[in-house]
Amino acid sequence: MIQRLIRIFITNSLKMISLLLAVSIISFILVCASPIDPVQQYIFSLGTAVSPQQRAEIEEYWGVNEPPVERYLNWLGEVLKGNLGESAIYRRPVADIIGQRFLNSLALMISAWILSGLIGFALGCVMGLYQDRALDKILKKICYILSSIPTFWLGLLFLLIFSVWLGWFPSGFSSPIGVLSENVTVWQKIHHLILPALTLSLMSFSNIALHTRQKLIDVLHREYAQFARARGEGKWMLLRRHGLRNIMLPALTLQFASFAELFGGSVLAENVFSYPGLGSAVSAAGLNSDVPLLLGVTLLSTLFVCIGNMIANILYGIVDPQIREVHK
Amino acid sequence: MEQKKDALLKIQNLSVSFRRYNHGLEQENLQVVSDLDLTVYPGEIVAIAGSSGSGKSILASAILGILPNNAKVDGNLYFKGETLTPQLQQQLRGTKIALVPQSIAFLDPLMKIGKQVDGHRRPKPVQTRKALFARFGLPQEIQYLYPFQLSGGMARRVLVSTALISDAELILADEPTPGMSLDQALEALQMFREIADQGKGVVLITHDLDLAFEFADRVAVFYAGTTVETAPASDFKKGPDALRHPYSKALWHALPQNGFHPIEGFQPYAGNLPPACLFAPRCPYATEKCRTQAPLLREVRGGEVRCYYGA
Repeated sequence: MIQRLIRIFITNSLKMISLLLAVSIISFILVCASPIDPVQQYIFSLGTAVSPQQRAEIEEYWGVNEPPVERYLNWLGEVLKGNLGESAIYRRPVADIIGQRFLNSLALMISAWILSGLIGFALGCVMGLYQDRALDKILKKICYILSSIPTFWLGLLFLLIFSVWLGWFPSGFSSPIGVLSENVTVWQKIHHLILPALTLSLMSFSNIALHTRQKLIDVLHREYAQFARARGEGKWMLLRRHGLRNIMLPALTLQFASFAELFGGSVLAENVFSYPGLGSAVSAAGLNSDVPLLLGVTLLSTLFVCIGNMIANILYGIVDPQIREVHK
Repeated sequence: MEQKKDALLKIQNLSVSFRRYNHGLEQENLQVVSDLDLTVYPGEIVAIAGSSGSGKSILASAILGILPNNAKVDGNLYFKGETLTPQLQQQLRGTKIALVPQSIAFLDPLMKIGKQVDGHRRPKPVQTRKALFARFGLPQEIQYLYPFQLSGGMARRVLVSTALISDAELILADEPTPGMSLDQALEALQMFREIADQGKGVVLITHDLDLAFEFADRVAVFYAGTTVETAPASDFKKGPDALRHPYSKALWHALPQNGFHPIEGFQPYAGNLPPACLFAPRCPYATEKCRTQAPLLREVRGGEVRCYYGA
């Protein structure tokens, strides 16, 4: 068992490393091909005039005139040493920025992920059990509406209602303004997290609910559900004994595969709520041509999505007896 | 009336139809079972013979009360003389009436055998299960296995165990033999014989006619959702002259060992049933009366037949 898990872990890690390499090459090529001029951007952000000679020196120092392959290898070599470069807009090492912002984003994404997973799964079960009844029809319509609403618009709506009109939640940032970071309490952080997390979870929960609903309906029409009914099991007993265990696997896959969507959604949600996470960093980097930060975040998001998929793969092997048997 | 008291299961004039929507809002009722009669006494096996689409499996669901929501049931069903209401059916399923499904697809692929045989009722009948496994020659360890890990023979005995773990008095076996070798089929039927000999009633829904004739006490022949004849199994062994209904005779002639002679035509499908006798369009003896007025079930020589001319 342990041995098998280690094997899955190693094969998945190898796949992940090759994928990271591929992603880094492609994003490097894209940046090279784009009209972004990092030197110009750097000089611009210095805020002082630079003579053509000084500019040439900077270009020489940065290795801008070397062939792209060599530039890529230089960059990769530094990345492997742990140096992701220095962000042009924040004037700090990229690794520091990512590390700090990732924690904020992680708190946001994990809470949204759990929230949407739980709500989506529970609602999906209820809809599946009451297929085509009034309750199912109403919930289904709500799901359709929610999944067609863009995240940022929903975010704005929440801001308007809960923050501006009702004043229940702060309108942005991850901590109160004017308070030193060491004085911010956990409660204050959670208070700032609720609205963005809710927005982000509403984006993906309807997807999970609709999938769970369909999966449960499939299960309830299978022969073993029919047989369980013939043995006297009622609706909820059927869900508890057969429904849950048979829809758990697809639900898990879906839930972990949603990491990618979650990351994409967090870019929008963080911008609306001015939440200082990776999402707002990546849009700032994109708008201000901050190449090192952009590449760094790209690599990290790839890693994040890959880890999500790997966890799903490993869990599959643990949960499904038929897959366990194949690997024996 | 006296019979009704003794009978374990009595079905009179059972009709089942499904509501269906055609092209938008046009509603249609599909009659799949019409005027079906069946009686099962304790200690006997009643085999139900008939081709696919003759309403055999729907009968089992109707007795258990687990037909889909769009089904409409008419007629009288009695269990030990009591009318089978939905409430009573809910009480009886899995306790007094048990279903033996036909294949491993009826077991939850992700639940261990032991838990599955025990069922959802509490307290768990663990001791009964152990005794049953021992009686069927099943190793006790299989309680920790999943259905896909069982051999075909084991799976079949496990399926029968799910019915016997309750103290059901009526066992409905839905095609328990297809896909089995002759040995396995004989073993399975022997199992049902033993169950019946203990005083339980067994309804054996089957395609394997010659095996059914061998093990059953009585045979009910289904055609297009109704019973055309009920006869002692021995009559089927004697041959067509001992049988009462033209369809039963045709069925006998169609068996491989009796010459494999089919009759013309097809069984009518639900939604396209003949107005009176359902067999009339294919019957060589049909008269004008058969096409205008449906025959009732009547007793002939210790059996029952739904035909004006059967003798």
